Amino acid sequence: MGISEVLWQYLVKWLTNSALFPREASTIAPYMDALYFFLIGVTVVGLVLVLLLIGGFSFRYRKAVHPVAEQIEGSTLLEAIWTIIPLGIFLVTFVWGALLYFRIYTPPVNSMNIYIVGKQWMWKAEHPGGQHEINELHVPIGQPIQLTMISQDVFHSYSLPEFRVKREVIPGRYTTVWFQATTPGTYHLFCTQYCGTDHSKMVGEITAMLPEDYKKWTELSTSGMSLAQNGERIFASMGCNACHTGNASNRAPSLAGLYGSKVQMANGSIQLADAAYIRDVILNPSQHVPAGYAPIMPTYKGQISEDGLIALVEYLKQLNTNYRIQQTQTTSVSDQAAPTTPGMVKP
Amino acid sequence: MDNSIVTTEPLMPRETAVHEEHEHVFIPQHRHHFETEEQQREAGSFGMWLFLLTEIMFFGGLFFAYLLYRNWYYDAFVPASNFLSVTLGGTNTAILITSGFFMALAVWAAEVRKKQFLVIALILTTLFGLAFISIKYVEWHDEWVHRHVPGASFDISEFVSPKAHGITDQKPISPDMAEHCQIFFFLYFAMTGMHALHMIIGIGLLVWLILRAQRGDFSAGYVAPIENFGLYWHFVDIVWLFLFPLLYLINRHPLK
Amino acid sequence: MSATSTTILNLPDQTTAAIPKKNYISSEHGLLSWLLTGDHKRIAMLYLISITFFFFIGGAFAGLIRLELLTPQPDLVASDTYNKFFTMHGIIMVFLFLVPSVPATLGNFLIPIMLGARDLAFPKINLLSWYLYLAGGTLTLAALVLGGVDTGWTFTTPLSTHYLNTHVVTTASAIFVAGFSSIFTGLNFIVTIHRMRCPGMTWFRMPLFVWSHYAASILMVLGTPVLAISLTLVGLERLVGIGVFDPTKGGDPLLFQHLFWFYSHPAVYIMILPGMGVISEVVSTFSRKRVFGYTAVAFSSVAIALFGFFVWEHHMFIMGVSNYSALVFSLLSMLVAVPSAIKIFNWSFTLQKGSITFETPMLYAFGFMGLFTIGGLTGIFLAALGMDIQLTETYFIVAHFHFVMVGGMLMAFLSGVHFWWPKMTGRMYPESLSKLAAVVTFIGFILTFMPQFIVGYLGMPRRYHAYPPEYQVLNVLSTAGATVLGVGYMLPILYLAWSLKYGAIAGNNPWQATGLEWQIQSPPLTENFTEIPVMDHEAYDYEWLEHKTQNEVTTVG
Repeated sequence: MGISEVLWQYLVKWLTNSALFPREASTIAPYMDALYFFLIGVTVVGLVLVLLLIGGFSFRYRKAVHPVAEQIEGSTLLEAIWTIIPLGIFLVTFVWGALLYFRIYTPPVNSMNIYIVGKQWMWKAEHPGGQHEINELHVPIGQPIQLTMISQDVFHSYSLPEFRVKREVIPGRYTTVWFQATTPGTYHLFCTQYCGTDHSKMVGEITAMLPEDYKKWTELSTSGMSLAQNGERIFASMGCNACHTGNASNRAPSLAGLYGSKVQMANGSIQLADAAYIRDVILNPSQHVPAGYAPIMPTYKGQISEDGLIALVEYLKQLNTNYRIQQTQTTSVSDQAAPTTPGMVKP
Repeated sequence: MDNSIVTTEPLMPRETAVHEEHEHVFIPQHRHHFETEEQQREAGSFGMWLFLLTEIMFFGGLFFAYLLYRNWYYDAFVPASNFLSVTLGGTNTAILITSGFFMALAVWAAEVRKKQFLVIALILTTLFGLAFISIKYVEWHDEWVHRHVPGASFDISEFVSPKAHGITDQKPISPDMAEHCQIFFFLYFAMTGMHALHMIIGIGLLVWLILRAQRGDFSAGYVAPIENFGLYWHFVDIVWLFLFPLLYLINRHPLK
Repeated sequence: MSATSTTILNLPDQTTAAIPKKNYISSEHGLLSWLLTGDHKRIAMLYLISITFFFFIGGAFAGLIRLELLTPQPDLVASDTYNKFFTMHGIIMVFLFLVPSVPATLGNFLIPIMLGARDLAFPKINLLSWYLYLAGGTLTLAALVLGGVDTGWTFTTPLSTHYLNTHVVTTASAIFVAGFSSIFTGLNFIVTIHRMRCPGMTWFRMPLFVWSHYAASILMVLGTPVLAISLTLVGLERLVGIGVFDPTKGGDPLLFQHLFWFYSHPAVYIMILPGMGVISEVVSTFSRKRVFGYTAVAFSSVAIALFGFFVWEHHMFIMGVSNYSALVFSLLSMLVAVPSAIKIFNWSFTLQKGSITFETPMLYAFGFMGLFTIGGLTGIFLAALGMDIQLTETYFIVAHFHFVMVGGMLMAFLSGVHFWWPKMTGRMYPESLSKLAAVVTFIGFILTFMPQFIVGYLGMPRRYHAYPPEYQVLNVLSTAGATVLGVGYMLPILYLAWSLKYGAIAGNNPWQATGLEWQIQSPPLTENFTEIPVMDHEAYDYEWLEHKTQNEVTTVG
């Protein structure tokens, strides 16, 4: 029978490949599996206990051998025992799970940042070197990788089961996750949040490579312009440099060294200038007016795509001096006033 | 285990029980499955309270959304709120309280079995309720004229450049913030609309109660429908007493 | 007699026995007498018929889903069709079957009798809630016939509000209407339990079935309106197009998640608590013993209801909520598991020193206890923050949910239906066939959902129309199990229908159970009692029952 042969192949493949557990391909995977085995242990012990109680009592006190029941009110001691012991186990699980959660969602400072944009129904990856990938992700092993992710439309979820990480990709805000691959190979990438018609086609592959292979790969697939360079291009073409010149006398603050600093706002609060902050200032400037400036920046909502915003963020991240901005200012657009409505910029 | 509240009344067939203990309040509206009048009345009002609890949770979702966005977009909520007319809103508040007052009188009139008074109080309750809806309609119409109704025709120009529209007491806000005024107006219409829907249902019930009162249904000690409707009507009043300050008055106090 | 030693079944002499001439079924005739009835027992039967109808529709969709997943390729239907299948399966099973299953049928039928009342407090509202249920069901079917809906039963925004072009508003209004049916049922139960107890029926003499319904009713009354308002907002957002949930207009899509799960997490307790009530009754009856630690079981129901309101965010752990709020909700989720553990152990110890027999309801109850233990403990996996990252949105969730809802709730429902079938209809179901069905259901269930735990940890996402080929073996196992499960569910329909005419006459108290419902005739009279009883003993007092039976024998003799 044809079908059974096919099935047999899959059976063999399944058993040899990933029988009951996915491969462990990241540094976090053993930690996750440890908790998983602990919880399986708890489940098995709990289940066996309940089955033994039910089975044992059913056998010992079946009507044939125990025709008259003895009435028992209850037992405070026993009830206290089976309140406190499960509670203890659950609290241990809670602490263990919380530690794991904080580990997965707190990236190390030295991690390499890759941007992910989800849209119906594909995953776009943007490497800092300017490499673009669709439904694929190439990463070096042995280095922490942080993914900064955002969705262009609906909720998606970036799931790497062999790496034991997953995070919702949400429209309108960045979410992050990190991992460190340990074994070279090709692994699954799934969208796990239902996102419409082709939800099940929003899958891809993540390729973990030796660092030297990754270096080769980046050189081969470069687009000629790094993400930050692309950001600089957008910065100029959207006319940002008309105001954000870095001159102390200007009506807009200098952006050099902004990233990672704390900004004093006009309403008295202090905000950390991270990726989310930069993105939100560009889209909703009047909600983030720095102290000492008038709320005159126009919104760029609907004019820059998420990819463009990522490029701008990456650009501002490494902007340490206003030298180049002032250069472009004097050479090209010096006579131009505040931008009129610039068109949609596709990176 | 607490078993101290054991009632050991002798077992008594229902008919005897009713005749011996409750003959004086035996009324045609007594439902068969209740043991006593008292039980029926208590069950009714308890049910009404539970229903109002449900209503609180229903409006609670809207209040929750309101609080979230007021917190996020305070700068948009202030000018949007300032476009609402405190005079009309305040008048409506007074009207609704008056209506509630007549409702309370109606409950009293039913309890003391004053039929004519009951009918008049109910009619006044209805009239003030209708007045509220009419004024609310005027307000909604204003907002329609000013293109403040959320949707495709929503227009932010009055918030961005109030001077151009002859509004002098408002500070202009930036267009991206003004977009969020739409959220305010959406919540405003959702909340006042939901409230008005409750009013309209209430007025429908009032008409029915007036007809029954006129027929003399509540003149012989059977007042449960009036009482329970009173609870509902007061609840609708109270919802408005939360809506009015939240929607109309959020920037009327001195901030600085 | 060896027969008496293995069963407690005590039927009247079949040659002379007959169904009582006067009962709630025979009291009036004609379709209208059913459609306009105020009798809680008739309404319960109406519910039983309608939820069974929707169960099989929902089940048909489950079958189609499993059939599609037999192969990794998307070969049976198109993606959109598949998405509509699982959406319809979810909506029908959750809102039209699980939520009303035990409360609206068994609860409706039994709560007034168990409390010694003639009816629920508001018979007309009870009937109204059935009509609302029907209206909700009809709207759902209308959405289905008009072309279906593919939001998933969770209506995730902004997908449901801005990206889909299917009958979202129709479906949302269906759930809105069905929600009010559930609110009115809950309200009716609470008022009845507070105000309609017969003399001597103190709170701590009520059967645990009533306690668990009380807890579930609180959740219905307080939770469902929040679902109603969030679906209203989804509808308005689609119609008016302005966005409280739309990030491009400044709205917050996570707000919808919060509002939706504020209902939908308590909803799982609405579904499971009444089932737990059934298990308490059944385990006590078939071990001839009062429930071990009555107070603990009663209060654990209330504790589940209270804690159940404060765990909703555990559905959103990976959605970028603040780490610290995730901590709080994880801790609370761990706490809500404790009362369930208490219940399981209390039921187990109810068996101790009992005199146990193994009729069909007891088999289903054992099935419940085993499967619910697995379902509950796998819930701990998901409440543990770090573990949830790997498991959420995969087939592990699907398996966990089905262990609790199908393995738990549906087993409890079937247990209860078999247990009270003689009371509802006056006739017994065929015992050996029903035992077969119980065993088939159990085997089919394990085979269907056990592989899904594994395939979930492997990473297979839920709601996938196609999947990588290495997951096929597990999916084939699951589909095979679903076939067995389907047979297991068809059997009761057939033999229960058969028993309506040919079943043995049950008599008043075939199980020799202690509940008030067993002290009256089967099927009961229209107003249950000829005279309102006085409760002078605890619930599950088998000694009282023995005295009573002896007295009857002496008076007759």
